Amino acid sequence: MRIAVCVKSVPDAGSARTIESGTKRLDRSADAVLNPYDANAIEEALRLNETSGEGEVVLVSLGPEKALDALRKGLAMGADRVVLVSDEAAIGSDLVATSYALAKALEREDADLVLFGQQGSDSDGAVLWAAVADRLRRPLISQVAELTVSDSTITGKRQTENGYDTIQAPLPAVVAVTDAINEPRYPSLKGIMGAKKKPQDVVSLSDIGADATRAGEAGSRTTVMTLSPPPPRGDSKKIEDDGSAAAAIVAFLEEKKLL
Amino acid sequence: MDFELTSEHREIQTLAREFAASEIAPFASEWDRDRRFPAEVFSKLADLGLMGVCVPEEFDGAGCDFLSYVLVLEELSRADAGVGVTLAVHTSACTLPLLMFGTTAQIAQYVPPLARGEALGAFALTEAGAGSDAGAIVSHGTESATGWHLAGTKQWITNGSFADTFIVFARTETGVEGPRGISAFILDASQVAVTREEHKLGLNSSSTVDLVFDTDVLADRLLGERGRGFGVAMATLDGGRIGIGAQAVGIAQAALDAACAYAKERRAFGKAIGEFQAIQQKLATMATEIEAARLLVYRAAMLKEHGKPHTVAGAQAKLFASEVARRQTSEAIQVLGGYGYTKEAPVERYFRDAKVTEIYEGTSEIQRLVIARSLLGELGRPS
Ligand SMILES: Cc1cc2nc3c(=O)[nH]c(=O)nc-3n(C[C@H](O)[C@H](O)[C@H](O)COP(=O)(O)OP(=O)(O)OC[C@H]3O[C@@H](n4cnc5c(N)ncnc54)[C@H](O)[C@@H]3O)c2cc1C
Ligand SMILES: Cc1cc2nc3c(=O)[nH]c(=O)nc-3n(C[C@H](O)[C@H](O)[C@H](O)COP(=O)(O)OP(=O)(O)OC[C@H]3O[C@@H](n4cnc5c(N)ncnc54)[C@H](O)[C@@H]3O)c2cc1C
Repeated sequence: MRIAVCVKSVPDAGSARTIESGTKRLDRSADAVLNPYDANAIEEALRLNETSGEGEVVLVSLGPEKALDALRKGLAMGADRVVLVSDEAAIGSDLVATSYALAKALEREDADLVLFGQQGSDSDGAVLWAAVADRLRRPLISQVAELTVSDSTITGKRQTENGYDTIQAPLPAVVAVTDAINEPRYPSLKGIMGAKKKPQDVVSLSDIGADATRAGEAGSRTTVMTLSPPPPRGDSKKIEDDGSAAAAIVAFLEEKKLL
Repeated sequence: MDFELTSEHREIQTLAREFAASEIAPFASEWDRDRRFPAEVFSKLADLGLMGVCVPEEFDGAGCDFLSYVLVLEELSRADAGVGVTLAVHTSACTLPLLMFGTTAQIAQYVPPLARGEALGAFALTEAGAGSDAGAIVSHGTESATGWHLAGTKQWITNGSFADTFIVFARTETGVEGPRGISAFILDASQVAVTREEHKLGLNSSSTVDLVFDTDVLADRLLGERGRGFGVAMATLDGGRIGIGAQAVGIAQAALDAACAYAKERRAFGKAIGEFQAIQQKLATMATEIEAARLLVYRAAMLKEHGKPHTVAGAQAKLFASEVARRQTSEAIQVLGGYGYTKEAPVERYFRDAKVTEIYEGTSEIQRLVIARSLLGELGRPS
């Protein structure tokens, strides 16, 4: 199967996150890593093709050229190649503009299945896949914790509060997986050494036939009005242990109907 | 001059760090307490190619450079120094000397299984009467019609209970005393017997044993030239020391990480203890010494990688890094106070593990001898 996995390079979670006050954009100068949620999508793509014994896994991303360093981890895990859309005109893309550019890049790939991670660990939107699926006019199954493919149908299982939803869709389709779907493999040393030699295409908006005015700030529909730090935590209750702390905690949890 | 790791080096470092954080660190204190050799970890390391990091691909290694191997050792040792030494002995004291001194046939037979991690390697030089003075070994080899008869006992052999391939040193030349009469041999596990497992101060997840052997081997088990075994041992230790330096840096870094985390959390006199200058000074010194040790180790690794002389650079790296590790793991206990002295915190383990880096693969006194000789020439040699 030809599988495209949408992946994002994000600032390392260990580094401090700051928002530049002028541009209101996340400072991305920290060390970048592959979005951890996307490792689950890559893992699932590799497993699907390992089961069938054939196919291709292509990583598709929108981001600065230096994102390649982080995305190479996906190649080291076993993906076949990367297509990175990188363009000055794409800087400042919001969800609408990002989904436009990604959809354009994906059209060129003509994949049987497009996989997404659950969310970006930096902006936590958990929404891009819906926008891309809509632009591609393809069925979407989101929050998938178990995925099976047979012939030209995919079946996704999604956990809900009351049990499981099992959803079927015809291929080609778009699927967003959760981080519960699998345990991503470690890249092997051979994988790391081999990753550099795999095709890594950096393409511009015009290369993928995208209209520059629909990407970047020009193509964005959102305006960030204000930014404010999260409010301080509300009232907290401190239980000193005079021998009865355990009982007091249980009583507190019961009162909140958490037990 | 460029002090940056390449992107490939960083990816390898990240792999080792992530693996160690989830597959080793959470279990390290349990292995320490139970004195358990975690065999399962080495099969996972093998799957990732980490049992043959700097072995060429044609012999089933990962084909990375020596610095990559050093980075892996540092990260694994940061989680568990016993795992670190197991890999260090396997790689730089067994696989690499086989590659360096083996015949084409010996390399083809022994290296690929070691590099794939299907076989584990060991290095048996030390004896009860010969440690620093390795030229004093009394294990002996006598030539027979088909090869050699080897007999002797060895002491403190890392990986002994689990290894498949042993490099063993024995005296083969009659009438020649000291280093010149020694040869190196390749033995299988079936040709040696483990007589005792050592109980140690630390490094409890690594196996250290006494061995005996009394066996006939074919002539093709001689490694390198007859009578030149001491050269094999010294060349092996020249590279191996750099790995022990990396192990020491990893242990010291783990201690610093623990000390920093605690300094931010622990409160005394209404403040986080990290707000006290006395604690800040300690952390700053720790970080600086560790960084200096790391640079010495990386530099020695690059010299070795580029085929340049690295005996003195390796001795300096190992000497400095091991002393930093011993000193700064002790400081980390101090930062953690009473908690640091208990088994609840990992720093007392780092302290126990660090000490051995000043002893094996050449004691600190021997490293200083090596360095002094390079300064003083013949004057520095024993008469
Ligand atoms: C209001 C708003 C304003 C923004 N403004 C800016 C801005 O000014 N500058 C700026 O740089 N960014 C900006 N962003 C972020 C940028 O638009 C995001 O890359 C995009 O919205 C995806 O958001 P997310 O990471 O939350 O995606 P999610 O919806 O959380 O991501 C889900 C999945 O989509 C895929 N994915 C996400 N991003 C990419 C990508 N870039 N390439 C390929 N696949 C991807 C991954 O599979 C990921 O797991 C803005 C976002 C919002 C919501
Ligand atoms: C955990 C562990 C694992 C080991 N693994 C292996 C292994 O896998 N294979 C192997 O072959 N060996 C192994 N060894 C042995 C190790 O290499 C020796 O312990 C080391 O070489 C020191 O020898 P020794 O202990 O006999 O000390 P000694 O040589 O007896 O030294 C005692 C003291 O005298 C000092 N000293 C000795 N000579 C001089 C001198 N000329 N000038 C100044 N001071 C001197 C030493 O520095 C030391 O302080 C291991 C040891 C340990 C503890």
